[in-house]
Amino acid sequence: MERIPILKMGDVLLVTIQVDMHDQLAMTLQDDLTQRISQTGAHAVLIDISAVEIVDSFIGRMIANIAAMARILDAKTVLVGMQPAVAITLVELGLTLPGVRTALNVERGMALLRGEADADAAG
Amino acid sequence: MSPATSSRLPQVLERREAEILDRWMKEQLAAVSARRDLMSEGQLREQSKEFLGLMKQATSKGTGTNVTGPEWRVAREMLSDISRSRAAKGFTPSETAIFVFSLKQPVFEAMRQELGSDPAALADEVWNTSLLLDQLGLYTTEVFQKGREEVIARQQQEMLELSTPVVKLWDGVLGLPMIGTLDSARTQVVMESLLQRIVETGADVAIIDITGVPTVDTLVAQHLIKTITAARLMGAECIISGIRPQIAATIVHLGVDLSMVITKATLADAFSVALARVGLSVQPTPARK
Repeated sequence: MERIPILKMGDVLLVTIQVDMHDQLAMTLQDDLTQRISQTGAHAVLIDISAVEIVDSFIGRMIANIAAMARILDAKTVLVGMQPAVAITLVELGLTLPGVRTALNVERGMALLRGEADADAAG
Repeated sequence: MSPATSSRLPQVLERREAEILDRWMKEQLAAVSARRDLMSEGQLREQSKEFLGLMKQATSKGTGTNVTGPEWRVAREMLSDISRSRAAKGFTPSETAIFVFSLKQPVFEAMRQELGSDPAALADEVWNTSLLLDQLGLYTTEVFQKGREEVIARQQQEMLELSTPVVKLWDGVLGLPMIGTLDSARTQVVMESLLQRIVETGADVAIIDITGVPTVDTLVAQHLIKTITAARLMGAECIISGIRPQIAATIVHLGVDLSMVITKATLADAFSVALARVGLSVQPTPARK
């Protein structure tokens, strides 16, 4: 079965979605990711959706759900590389994804997480 | 109404074509609408002659007074061309429609001469021809109107594109000076161009300056919030600047919640916040000795 790979980089889980999401794939990703977070004790999840051109309300909700679940498991979620068309669609659908951090690309996303980790360590 | 098959119109047109054309030209030139500055007499004569020929064809093939049929297709196309070109040249609608309507008198006159001995037939023919020409005249006006509407739509589109520039203020800082009333169509364009520029430039912060927006109502505020949310989803932050006191009051009275948005009074304030976000600051140069 088709799966979206989840890479571990330090205490960050990196998910790059390179195919168009369909419902089953999103469900599988949600299960896999929660599993991996609890296994590895990762503190952050970085989801790269720069290759995703099309979203619907279900996929939007799945992203919000994944973020919420990750938060409960003590991992921050950063969503990076959203395309303009996708952003407009999500806003029109009313899915503003509150509580999900966003960044323009993976590099910025990693910088954001590192900055927060430093702030946490300092605080 | 007489059965269409017995229509004498094609016959009349055939026999007295030259005469009708002459009279028609005179009518058109006599009318106030003879816009010689916009169109030469020769051109007009050519158009008139061509149209008369097409009309002759259509009436000889055609049945009845319906101009939407296939036999009228060529004549209709020609009329469309004439209307469009006249609309573009700056003729008024009546000046365009007179092209067809001024044909009435010459044709009726020719008919009277042909059918003068048979008043009943003459009345029928005049009525049918009148119907026909009225429809053609209305058709010209319709096409004329459409031509003008196309011009307006194109201008609107151009204005839309002109009025929404996204400027780069600094590395990682975009500015969006909005001028004029915001509506859904415009906001859509603004949103798309802003998000596109964010992707292209990799900007962290975008400043939306609404100094030039005369009024803000709930709809405009909602559009702004949507744009800001979409930018946030892409990982860029938005700052609204240039909110005038009246607009601030209106926003509060309307109960619009802008608490999740950074708002600043002036573009300068917003710019300094934006610079701070990207890790820069403006400092005075050391005084010269």
